[in-house]
Amino acid sequence: MDDKNLTPKERLKIPPQEMPEQDPAERINNVDEVPYGYTEELARMEADRCLQCKNKPCIKGCPVEIDIPEFIKAIAEGNFRESVRIIKETNILPAICGRVCPQEEQCQRYCIVGKSHKSVEKAVQIGKLERFVADWEMKNGEAERPEIRKSTGKKVAVVGSGPAGLTVAAEVRREGHDVTVFEALHKPGGVLIYGIPEFRLPKAIVMEEVENLKKMGVEVRYNSVIGKIFSIDELFEKGYDAVFVGTGAGLPNFLNLPGENLNGVYSANEYLTRANLMQAYSFPETDTPTANSRNVAVFGGGNVAMDSARTALRLGAENVYLVYRRSRKEMPARVEEVEHADAEGVQFLLLQNPVNLIGDEDGWIKQVECIKMELGEPDDSGRRRPIPIEGSEFRIDIDTCIIAIGNSSNPLIPDTTPDIETNRWGNIVTDDETMKTSKKGVFAGGDIVLGAATVILAMGQGRKAAVAINEYLETGQW
Amino acid sequence: MNKIIEKEFITSDLFRMKVEAPEIARKRKAGQFIILIVDEKGERIPLTIADADSDAGWIALVAQIVGKTTKVLSLLEVGDSIRDLAGPLGKPTHIEKYGRVVVIGGGVGIAPAHPIAQAMKEGGNTVISILGGRTKELVIMEEEMKAASDTVIITTDDGSYGNKGFVTDALQKLIDDGVFINLVVAVGPPIMMKFVSKLTKKYEIETIVSLNTIMVDGTGMCGCCRVSVGGETKFVCVDGPEFDGHKVDFDEMMKRIQMYKPQEKEAMDRFLSE
Repeated sequence: MDDKNLTPKERLKIPPQEMPEQDPAERINNVDEVPYGYTEELARMEADRCLQCKNKPCIKGCPVEIDIPEFIKAIAEGNFRESVRIIKETNILPAICGRVCPQEEQCQRYCIVGKSHKSVEKAVQIGKLERFVADWEMKNGEAERPEIRKSTGKKVAVVGSGPAGLTVAAEVRREGHDVTVFEALHKPGGVLIYGIPEFRLPKAIVMEEVENLKKMGVEVRYNSVIGKIFSIDELFEKGYDAVFVGTGAGLPNFLNLPGENLNGVYSANEYLTRANLMQAYSFPETDTPTANSRNVAVFGGGNVAMDSARTALRLGAENVYLVYRRSRKEMPARVEEVEHADAEGVQFLLLQNPVNLIGDEDGWIKQVECIKMELGEPDDSGRRRPIPIEGSEFRIDIDTCIIAIGNSSNPLIPDTTPDIETNRWGNIVTDDETMKTSKKGVFAGGDIVLGAATVILAMGQGRKAAVAINEYLETGQW
Repeated sequence: MNKIIEKEFITSDLFRMKVEAPEIARKRKAGQFIILIVDEKGERIPLTIADADSDAGWIALVAQIVGKTTKVLSLLEVGDSIRDLAGPLGKPTHIEKYGRVVVIGGGVGIAPAHPIAQAMKEGGNTVISILGGRTKELVIMEEEMKAASDTVIITTDDGSYGNKGFVTDALQKLIDDGVFINLVVAVGPPIMMKFVSKLTKKYEIETIVSLNTIMVDGTGMCGCCRVSVGGETKFVCVDGPEFDGHKVDFDEMMKRIQMYKPQEKEAMDRFLSE
């Protein structure tokens, strides 16, 4: 097909290309990635759907403002290397973002193709294309690394190696500053490693991105819990000129229900950290155990709840119930994740809410008592408020329960650095544009500022912070 | 990094190591712990820091072989390195001039009790230490504890050394003898801390216990280490490890630390058969 000569009408006729994926019955027995990704042919076919709009509406949906039509055009022309180069001008982690960004709420939401079909699902599959070229680059030799400017002799400490920290590290290093990333855990990546499961984001990809950063000259120090081993002030004493705090969301929330400390009750953070970071799915090959579950209840309706439920299936559970207090439509999880969970056999218990966790004499969870809910008037979030139906309580037999209702901010840094202003939820207060905190030389971004958000929003804040850090180091002006 | 510079077996399943960790040695305070991973496939386990020298740049760890990880750790030799070591974690012991402080260490718990006794002494307190063990060889670090205390009382369950009985018997005797006690700090098996707290509750003596629960990250992220203290859920890793002994739900805690017993056994059996 001669791509260039397609008329807009012809482009609109091409259906969205699906990524081939592992069969659900098969994939619940392994932790391999679910979608295989586009082939070159599928990618070029999908790229041909882009109308190359002059005003590029999709870009305004992208927190890091990738020149989307340009990178898609390069794919359509078969120039994959050029395509990656365009993306990497503003996004250093395309293989990750292509997989985990909620594109349907971002770039794809503004896509004219989707609007013409009156369905965001029929928008150009920008995320899948991003993933395709990023994977193509990884498979085809050395990744392109940005040019590093002459050394400035300035030093920047980045606290946390999650998406925000990695973005800052790359963007600040580019300007010739020395960068040290301090990571509390023994592996890099933050939520990309401990939280998002292998079957959604292969860890090898994260490790490769970190390797690329190291090749750029970024130093990564593991097992370094800032606030404990060094305070922020001590980092300045050690000669760092600026500090970026990207320590993430931190402490898991519990429901404050009776029985919450029974054995077999997990926060999603713990459950996922055991499985992902510690590779408990390979126990006893690896040393970290996790529950040997048969019947699992997951509480929550977000992506983390879906990740937990799907992980439980892969760890061998027979029944995995996802208990959510509203209906499927109100679930905050991505549609794609809900569909994957559904296809794999997660049982949705909608409009139901846990009220009591019941244990046996040995302190193990054996049942959860739930109450049925109905939807009333919309609340502050615009979603209809769930109201308990009196007398509708019932019990489900379970042996494991996973609480996936979000996180509060980790107090380690604010506690040891009182001159960093926090809000009443413990999140660090920053300037929206520069990500400057109330403390001179200290910037912050990602979930420690946003509360629980997404990888790409954290990266967006990382980019803003990097621009401001580079400027601060150049001018010395706060 | 994390090189083992000394190692000795105190008993056949209890060992002490000095590990090169200059930054932790400089920063650590009494009551704090580290998390370590022995090798590539290892789990993360917390161990309280038993001693440290900031000038020489080492920390001391004392561990009992209770599972695969501590077994593998015990097999490392001088010159080997521990793969990962993070710390110091947890809140330090609150030190002030209380007056007379009784520091109780039970078995391997004597190791973490040691820096607390040291700090209490340095803080201007009179320190009476009670060291307890099932049998003589389990009463460890006697010399170090003597150096850190004004008085040391030793008890063994079988009477093979010191007074026959439990640490609570020695504590009861102090109380009966009219020794005024401002604070009790107890570190040891949960059952010991439970009974110490029960006793001191009766006499309304303020009591601090140092808890050793299962942890993963050790930085507040996972909540695996949670305990009920005064009806509230607390995280041992960031809110502790020390809590008011009169408020801790020891029964719940003892159940929680049993949670992976079958898997722990499986891992150990598998390791020993290899």
